[in-house]
Amino acid sequence: MFGFFSSNLITVVDGIAFGVLLFTIALGLSLVFGVMDVLSLAHGSLYLIGSYIAVSVSTAFTPTLGFFVLALVLAVALGSLAGAGLSFLTRPLASRGHLDQALLTLGVAFVVGDLLAQQYGREVRTVAPPSPFDGSVSVFGSTYPTYRLVIIAVGLALAIAAYLVIERTKMGALVQATVADAQMVRALGVNTGRLMTGVFAVGAALAAFGGVLGAPILNAAPGLDNRVLILGLVVVVIGGLGSVAGAFVGALVIGQVQTLGVSLAPSYAAFLTFGAMALVLLLRPAGILGKGRLA
Amino acid sequence: MSADLVVTNLRAGYGVSTVLDGVNLTVGAGEVVGLLGRNGVGKTTLMSTLMGWLSPSAGSVRLGDREIAGLPTHQIARAGVAIVPQGRRVFAPLTVENNLRIAHKGSQRWTIERIFEIMPRLAERRRNRGDQLSGGEQQMLAIARALLLDPALLLLDEPSDGLAPSVVTQVMEILASLRGEGLSVLLVEQDLHVAFSVADRILVMQKGRIVHDSTTEEFRSDGERGRRLLGIA
Ligand SMILES: Nc1ncnc2c1ncn2[C@@H]1O[C@H](COP(=O)(O)OP(=O)(O)OP(=O)(O)O)[C@@H](O)[C@H]1O
Ligand SMILES: [Mg+2]
Repeated sequence: MFGFFSSNLITVVDGIAFGVLLFTIALGLSLVFGVMDVLSLAHGSLYLIGSYIAVSVSTAFTPTLGFFVLALVLAVALGSLAGAGLSFLTRPLASRGHLDQALLTLGVAFVVGDLLAQQYGREVRTVAPPSPFDGSVSVFGSTYPTYRLVIIAVGLALAIAAYLVIERTKMGALVQATVADAQMVRALGVNTGRLMTGVFAVGAALAAFGGVLGAPILNAAPGLDNRVLILGLVVVVIGGLGSVAGAFVGALVIGQVQTLGVSLAPSYAAFLTFGAMALVLLLRPAGILGKGRLA
Repeated sequence: MSADLVVTNLRAGYGVSTVLDGVNLTVGAGEVVGLLGRNGVGKTTLMSTLMGWLSPSAGSVRLGDREIAGLPTHQIARAGVAIVPQGRRVFAPLTVENNLRIAHKGSQRWTIERIFEIMPRLAERRRNRGDQLSGGEQQMLAIARALLLDPALLLLDEPSDGLAPSVVTQVMEILASLRGEGLSVLLVEQDLHVAFSVADRILVMQKGRIVHDSTTEEFRSDGERGRRLLGIA
């Protein structure tokens, strides 16, 4: 066991970093779907927009920490605007079911994907990690890129913050209540439309934030939007709807499946992720941490 | 805070089927009105329409000097209407405390501390989730949630439904204690004992219309007519 662990340690840590990035997407997807009952397939595009913001900022300036933070701030601002926009766009479809919402947001995803490809080209664009974290450190005797550890730390902090907001604040309680019974929340004098726009904006900002954060390891290229979207959806299915802890655990599971699983069993790579999803669906249809409430 | 409710010729339904077929009723400021009627006559539909969960196709709902028919639900709530809905609908994933917290908008009259004094059982269960409560506790919580909004008009849809007799008594005591608060109450109730003990006036609904309106005294004085109106053979 220990031998296995030490020889695969790097891969495991890589998987955690990847899982943390997936968490930033999945949490937004899960909240938007849970709270608004809107299936947003444009979520991967928000991530990719974040990554290209990182590309722009890092080509225009030297990759200092300050400019990386600037990219994060820009991504959060643009992401929340885009999220609010998406929420208005999908509102007229609220009563028309998930297929119509999926088609609309998928259309938006195609348009955004094409615009980004026109602007940034079809080749892979790389982003250097912010200079203080550009090196590597020694982890249990192996050298490991510092920046991936930074990603893990930031992701953990995000997860804890999101958990505290949802579980400990009045706003979080309102969001949970809206997931459970929006009509009853309106009867408490709450404008749930505005609440939903806010949640959409935060969810979108998270994805764009993840895009900047992940750019130094996943790069930026056409098609990355679809890849992270699909993995994000798998995470939501595994973790259960509207659950922060579920999204986190689901993201870590898929992170491992995508890295450790693929490195141990390369010939099953394509199958593993969806195999894991199918297994969870069979054993726990409401998700690993789901409370048996299926929307 | 109280205001009178005047409902005129209210019509509403689901899709093509009309359920409320011209409802006329009033609830005076500070008055408790009991609404009786057989299953399926449209009592809950009336409550949902008053709360704005369902939009009326015609008619008027005035609360004080304000027309509220057709407003979105959250504005009706802010105008002073609160509901204790059929089936209670407490927020299952939230604790008792959070169920109350999200309802309290800063009212001085109704605070969570005061709720816990009146309903000590809720204080004991404050850290439990909504779905871990008994039916009676859920009913108390639904009433408490509505009171924290400090409404002018309280809509109660079958608060005694499915509760043990001792719990029904508790609910009745709480409803009776609200008298001094001056709020107007429209109470849908199948349990005549409950309705008679708390209501000033009794309305009877049949097929989407109010077919009887009298004081509770008068309604009780003619048992024969009452049974006929309610279809109790
Ligand atoms: N969501 C709905 N969609 C379609 N029809 C409905 C809906 N809710 C109620 N109805 C119908 O409207 C009519 C009135 O129902 P409502 O629930 O208002 O009756 P009620 O008087 O509250 O009955 P109960 O005493 O059983 O609660 C019934 O015929 C019912 O079947
Ligand atoms: Mg009813």
